[in-house]
Amino acid sequence: MKYLCLVYLDESRLAELPDEECVAYDREIRGSGHCLASEALASVSTATTVRVRNDRRLVTDGPFAETKEQLAGFYMIDARDLDEAISLAAAIPPARVGSIEIRPVRPIRETVAAIEAERAKGAER
Amino acid sequence: MDARADDPARGAPPADDAREIAARVEVIYRRDSRRVLATLIRLLGGFDRAEEAVHDAFRAALERWPVEGVPHNPYAWLVSVGRFKAIDAIRRGARFVSQEDVAELVDSMGCEPAEADEGIEDDRLRLVFLCCHPALAPDARIALTLREVCGLTTEQIANAFMVPAPTLAQRIVRAKAKIRTARIPYHLPSPDELPERLASVLQVIYLVFNEGYLASTGDSPTRSDLSAEAIRVARLLVTLLDEPEVQGLLALMLLHESRRAARISADGDLILLDAQDRSLWNQALIEEGGRLVQHALRSRRYGPYALQAAIAAVLTEAPSTDTTDWHEIVGLYDVLLRFDPSPVVELNRAAAVAMRDGPEAGLLLIEALMATGALSDYRFAHTAHADLCRRLGRREAALNSYRRALALTRQVSERRLIERRLIELAG
Repeated sequence: MKYLCLVYLDESRLAELPDEECVAYDREIRGSGHCLASEALASVSTATTVRVRNDRRLVTDGPFAETKEQLAGFYMIDARDLDEAISLAAAIPPARVGSIEIRPVRPIRETVAAIEAERAKGAER
Repeated sequence: MDARADDPARGAPPADDAREIAARVEVIYRRDSRRVLATLIRLLGGFDRAEEAVHDAFRAALERWPVEGVPHNPYAWLVSVGRFKAIDAIRRGARFVSQEDVAELVDSMGCEPAEADEGIEDDRLRLVFLCCHPALAPDARIALTLREVCGLTTEQIANAFMVPAPTLAQRIVRAKAKIRTARIPYHLPSPDELPERLASVLQVIYLVFNEGYLASTGDSPTRSDLSAEAIRVARLLVTLLDEPEVQGLLALMLLHESRRAARISADGDLILLDAQDRSLWNQALIEEGGRLVQHALRSRRYGPYALQAAIAAVLTEAPSTDTTDWHEIVGLYDVLLRFDPSPVVELNRAAAVAMRDGPEAGLLLIEALMATGALSDYRFAHTAHADLCRRLGRREAALNSYRRALALTRQVSERRLIERRLIELAG
């Protein structure tokens, strides 16, 4: 089962986490086969937000909401269940300084594919 | 006792035994339905299927036991029938799913019922740990535990917590959806997960107990049903897990429970420890609690629950407040502070110091503690401060603190106690 681990962190505390340590964990979790994708993000001060309203594009600086902790990176992991996901997430180094939000992935492609297959079967009949 | 009912081999009982069988089914339902549910959740891989299967299995029992007799092992029979009915329901409902998928699903539904018997106690433990999983909201853990482990109805739980039944039902539905969607597993915690997971279980049990013992709002000062359920779950855990903190929590609850009859006057007023009629205390519970405390402390792996139980045991075993060993109680609070360095524990220690060394010594500690601001909204801090001021003849300070406490108290019998003090001081 896939979970997205969103790494939140107060950017002013980034210095407490050496890059080497983060990359070491990244190598470890990728080596274990549990990691499907992972990236660290550039500072939230470089973020741009886009919205479309009434077919008009609206571009603004920065994220939607001001919060103390910012999204700093993510790991897409494959875990047996939530307990295994929690163990993997707890070992992500920024968990000691910030927090990791663990979200199950919604199998949207599989759901739509099943509906389409059902429809195709109906059409055959 | 009807020997025939224990021996199904002797064939169908006559029709006038049907009522008796129905009564036995009800007894077995009360005794076994949670165990059957716990096993079926494992075998069927989810709450919803398992609940339906438990229902179907007991309905089948009502139909078949009057004819076939009550089986030797009703639990195994119910698990087997429940599992069969669930698989049948999946087959019948499999319009959109291929036969191979159904076969795979049925295969994934665990072992044969013959083996199901072995893991039974583990299943009940799994269910407790699942309902108290820290990934669920605290309110939901309590509701789910009372619903699934204790078998209370949604209405009963809603009444006990004074929330509308639909709100409570919604809480349970959301929790079950999270268990399913986030795939919270149905397994026993690994040794390195156990401390965190057990802490959550013990917290849920103690919250349920306290809700029944000192309800935080409303008219009724005690709601003994909730306390009884909390004790029941703790007793179950004590038999399943050899953990000193589990014994400590059970002991703590039994020692509180032993004083229930003496806590409330005939008029519904709260009576504090030093004014209670000790002949009303339940000696059997005190002895059982005391034994559990000794056992937990001897293990040397005790924690905050066993220490609080030890304090409760010292308080309960003394013949009066004057003869209570306050030196030992202060010492136990010192150890407790090492596990739980919270302002509330500091406050309780200060109250014990006041009993050991006099009100002045206790007041110094309480005032230093209140100066930090950590307890400014904690009603018991203000009543403790007020009581000591009253004993020292500091009338104005006592009145102020009682008024502050009253503003923070919703529970009716506690309010009456504070109002009585205010009247005494004003007079």
